[in-house]
Amino acid sequence: MFPLDTRKKPIMESAPSPTSGTITLHINGEKHTLSVDHRTTLLDALRERLDLTGTKKGCDHGQCGACTVLIDGRRAVSCLQLAVAAEGREITTIEGLADGERLHPVQQAFLDLDGFQCGYCTPGQICSAVAVIEEHAAGWPSAATADVRPEAGPPPLTAEEIRERMSGNLCRCGAYVSIVQAVARAAQPTDQDGAVRTTAGEEAAA
Amino acid sequence: MTTTTTRTPFRGRTGTAHTRVEGREKVTGAARYAGEIPFADLAHGWLVLSTVAHGRIRSIETEPVLAMPGVLAVLHHENAPRVNTDYVGMLGKPDPTLAVFQDDRVPHLGWPVALVVAETSEQAREAAEALVVHYDQEPHDIDFSPARTDTVPGEGYVPATTEKGDLEAELAASAFVVDAEYTTPEEHHSMMEPHAATARWDGGRLELVDSNQGAFWVVGELANLFSLDPASVRVVSEHVGGGFGSKGVRVHQVAAVMAATELQRPVCVVMTRRQMFYLTGYRSPTVQRVRLGADADGRLRALEHHSLSLTSPVHDFVESSTMPSRVMYDADAHHTAHRLVRLNVPTPTYMRAPGEAPGSFALECAIDELAEKAGLDPIELRLRNEPERGPVSGLPFGSRNLAACFREGARRFGWADRDPRPGVRREGRWLLGTGTAAGSFAAGAGPSTATVTAEADGTFTVRIGAADIGTGARTALTLIAADALEVPPERIRTHIGDSDFGPAMLAGGSRGTRSWGWAVQTAAAELRERLALGTDIPPEGITVRSDTTAAVGALAGKERHSYGAQFAEVAVDVATGEVRVRRMLGIFAAGTIVNPLTARSQLIGGMTWGISMALHEEAVRDKASGGLYGPDLAGYHVATHADVPFVEADWVDDHDPDDPIGIKGIGEVGIVGTAAAIANAVWHATGVRHRHLPIRPDRVLQAAAEVPHA
Amino acid sequence: MKEFTYHKAHDVAGAVALLGADPEARFLGGGTNLVDLMKNGVERPARLIDVRDLPLDRIEPAEDGGLRIGATVTNSDLAAHPDVRRRYPALAQAVLAGASGQLRNMATVGGNLLQRTRCGYFTDVSRPCNKRRPGSGCPAVHGVHHNHAILGASEHCVAVHPSDMGVALAAFDAVVTYETADGPGRLPLADFYLPVGDTPHRETALPQGALITGVELPPVPVAAHSRYRKVRERASYAFAIGSVAAALDVRDGVVHDVRLAFGAVASRPWRARTAEQALTGARADADAFAAAADAELAEARPLPDNGYKVTLMRNLVVAVLTELAEEAAR
Repeated sequence: MFPLDTRKKPIMESAPSPTSGTITLHINGEKHTLSVDHRTTLLDALRERLDLTGTKKGCDHGQCGACTVLIDGRRAVSCLQLAVAAEGREITTIEGLADGERLHPVQQAFLDLDGFQCGYCTPGQICSAVAVIEEHAAGWPSAATADVRPEAGPPPLTAEEIRERMSGNLCRCGAYVSIVQAVARAAQPTDQDGAVRTTAGEEAAA
Repeated sequence: MTTTTTRTPFRGRTGTAHTRVEGREKVTGAARYAGEIPFADLAHGWLVLSTVAHGRIRSIETEPVLAMPGVLAVLHHENAPRVNTDYVGMLGKPDPTLAVFQDDRVPHLGWPVALVVAETSEQAREAAEALVVHYDQEPHDIDFSPARTDTVPGEGYVPATTEKGDLEAELAASAFVVDAEYTTPEEHHSMMEPHAATARWDGGRLELVDSNQGAFWVVGELANLFSLDPASVRVVSEHVGGGFGSKGVRVHQVAAVMAATELQRPVCVVMTRRQMFYLTGYRSPTVQRVRLGADADGRLRALEHHSLSLTSPVHDFVESSTMPSRVMYDADAHHTAHRLVRLNVPTPTYMRAPGEAPGSFALECAIDELAEKAGLDPIELRLRNEPERGPVSGLPFGSRNLAACFREGARRFGWADRDPRPGVRREGRWLLGTGTAAGSFAAGAGPSTATVTAEADGTFTVRIGAADIGTGARTALTLIAADALEVPPERIRTHIGDSDFGPAMLAGGSRGTRSWGWAVQTAAAELRERLALGTDIPPEGITVRSDTTAAVGALAGKERHSYGAQFAEVAVDVATGEVRVRRMLGIFAAGTIVNPLTARSQLIGGMTWGISMALHEEAVRDKASGGLYGPDLAGYHVATHADVPFVEADWVDDHDPDDPIGIKGIGEVGIVGTAAAIANAVWHATGVRHRHLPIRPDRVLQAAAEVPHA
Repeated sequence: MKEFTYHKAHDVAGAVALLGADPEARFLGGGTNLVDLMKNGVERPARLIDVRDLPLDRIEPAEDGGLRIGATVTNSDLAAHPDVRRRYPALAQAVLAGASGQLRNMATVGGNLLQRTRCGYFTDVSRPCNKRRPGSGCPAVHGVHHNHAILGASEHCVAVHPSDMGVALAAFDAVVTYETADGPGRLPLADFYLPVGDTPHRETALPQGALITGVELPPVPVAAHSRYRKVRERASYAFAIGSVAAALDVRDGVVHDVRLAFGAVASRPWRARTAEQALTGARADADAFAAAADAELAEARPLPDNGYKVTLMRNLVVAVLTELAEEAAR
């Protein structure tokens, strides 16, 4: 519940101008058509125009990662992405991760292991973590990977690898330790009932 | 609601891990922070800051900006509503910086000179950037140096000086003496959520959706500033993206109220990250001199701790860095002093463990240096100097379990196996070392009110003007209410962050949860007694209200503190100057731990701040302009994932018998001593004392050049 | 941020034509630097030509046995590419050492080469800066220059180039290809960045209106045994205070081939040819590595607060080459 008037701000219909335009964004499987000033970033379009405020603005300059979303399945900072240039791409925000009431495994691990405090960097951390797990599964090396040559094989997703790969997401509350544990847990294969099959997720803590 | 006839004994939930009650909202993005509440007809305000460090505004070219698309107003010193600053608020007299747009003076770079309001944020930003302000510039002075002759006694929320005994005589009679200067840089809170506020008038009432550490506190300040009846002001601050001392009343709220009043429509003012570096306070740099003198057995004969900090020309704020010396160690001669210099810089403010964080760096490094000189283990030296009573106050301690923290920490960290010699452990390119330090932070409480309602459906509703800035307060208060009511926490809804819930302590000074928990427990316990009489619950429920003013005021005067023993292992590559923390352990004595899950997070968070303070954080001022160099999150480094190893926090049994719940507070003690433990470990690794924070690569390189084998 | 018109380019010729000779137009790639600078008011374009979807997103073998990397290849795809990792590991490492996972997914190869300095005076429009406002002065020389240049700078500008990727490209003799209205062109990376001199605002030798189409990496056998090491003021997600890209081929204890380039020391990625020459044919030991580094750094002109970089670079060269030599000996 929120005690204040939460009426949606009407989408402004501005007169046609060479510096604005009508675009269609694909967000969390839905199409949103809106007119935007070309200066509008994807972040501001989400927050100020589409009422998708789960994506956070921490620095507005690509220096904190709070605004991380997935664009065509890859993590990106939405503050440096112009909305007009995001047309036609598949955008997933924090609001699009859960399957109905069932949280995404990364969300669940963050919740269970207390991978956040104030919660403001959390949507960005979670979106980033979802991508980290996929990037790792795809065999991408990182700056923590001792040998990047393909013949060395994919690096195991150690705590050190997670830390390096998650380093584009600042958390000023200092929840890094439990975030790393949560990412490790979520990266583990799960049984059908969602239970973590191994306890290797806690390896991050060792 | 079913009634049970046979009762099993009630098992309390405090002390048991509980995930955050608002956790699901936070991991799904549903939790709304300030600046995320959509209002019809919302206008966007953008602050304009001075680009000179000292002078007067000659003129502001508003006409071209008012003609820009979407621009609604430009507020500045010639047209803004007048405000009143002659009052005493919850934390004393206000910083006149709050009185935005009242005159033409510019006391520092980044001073707010105007607010541009427009229909969209893009229009507001461009118009604010286009606003031309002409200044009559005057010479500025930002030279922070111990050599200055114009310093003044630092009278802040603690006395400027304390003195007992003949310092020079005791130093002269000491077997071992340490005399060293330590410096800490300007540090910024840098919480992830920028300051944001939306102000609007609704039916003659001013409503502010805000991000703050105390809604009722902000009401008081705004009511005073705008000469309003506090009952006609409502501040709501449901979710707060970090505060750390910086989220009180700031210029954006004042500017938003002014604009909403002038335009008679909702106005949202969000600070940019760069603006935050000028407008939201920071920790003053410090220059500290510590002199210690000890007997042959390590007992302190002399302790002197002097600290210089800076403030703005308009308001005094003292970084009380000698506070750790006033609590931690006694000596026959014990002198502490804070001094202050007023420069053309913004007013600093409280930042996580104000005083204690920089002060413990100096003091706990000096203690380590003394241990080296005396040939004593640094833990043993500290244990030999455990005071009986407050070194300055002479008051008894409430409960002081620092020794237990060190014993438990030493055991778990493996301290007994430590070779005390510096610079002798190598692993590849890394030199390894370990270090320790002590910490403490004052435990206190402030008066609060709370209501607890038994609803007709069998649930309970707690309402309190508390703030959860990431501390887990909302969850802790739910558990406290559950235990007092003897019901499962799932049956309780806790509403916080609304000034209409009545006066309450703010989230600060590690006092929030203790103060609010006291009020919640008092109301809940009384409600339970009433319900025990078998009263039927009417549709509107039964509500009990508590007010802890009298109980808090009746607390006996004692030295009440949380304590911690910090342990760090570091690796140093002296060829590149890189320092990596490999592991950290903090053992704390911090009273009753309400929720171990969130408490551990908070303590580790504090320790993570300590890593960041030790190795990374430093705001740099440009002498020529008086402004900051690179004031953003790329220029101002806070620790990121890769900097933070496995950090462990735990606690020993500790109980303050005077407190109804036994809470002491854990928000700040985690950072106290951490930077010293790391610096001491860097010495153990390399043989070089780093007395200036942060321990940057260039400093390590320079030290290595001076000490050949380090 | 000023209002601007936005145009999406679908082919290279169209992109070049859309830009035309308009000095107020900019190509938009990943936007990680340009949009940032637009928010700071450093860049105020009136027109953006979005080149992100141009068909320049491939990494392919080149006729000469090297690699051709398209200009819109993202940093992530470059670092993940098997051929890059196998044949030019220092390039993959350099890219991975830069920015963050999010930014590497957005940033393009072309944009990386053209990114601007992170000098705090350059990004603050209220301060003078010869790069941003020619003739206004360089406050860094007598101001904050802790992370500024020690090589190849001038009194007019002491800013450093922030790229990690470029350092590895410089070591491996990359060639930048571009397209203009008059046809295609090529620029070796060595000639791509202009000397600072008294024109720090002129950063590259690209002709006006040119669009970078890609980077060609020649076959460099020694690159298969290469490494990138970066030192910064936090462990990740920070710009370098010094970095080295190095490749080393040792035969019978003697340096047969070596490549060396420095980052964060100059206005461009700094190819250390003096050091390479000193090393070629020398014994592969720490003394020789140090002597070579000293030879390169002899022309360093540190400012009062960045002299540590001379020590840092010397130590980095010795450390990285020693590691490579030890690995080769195994």
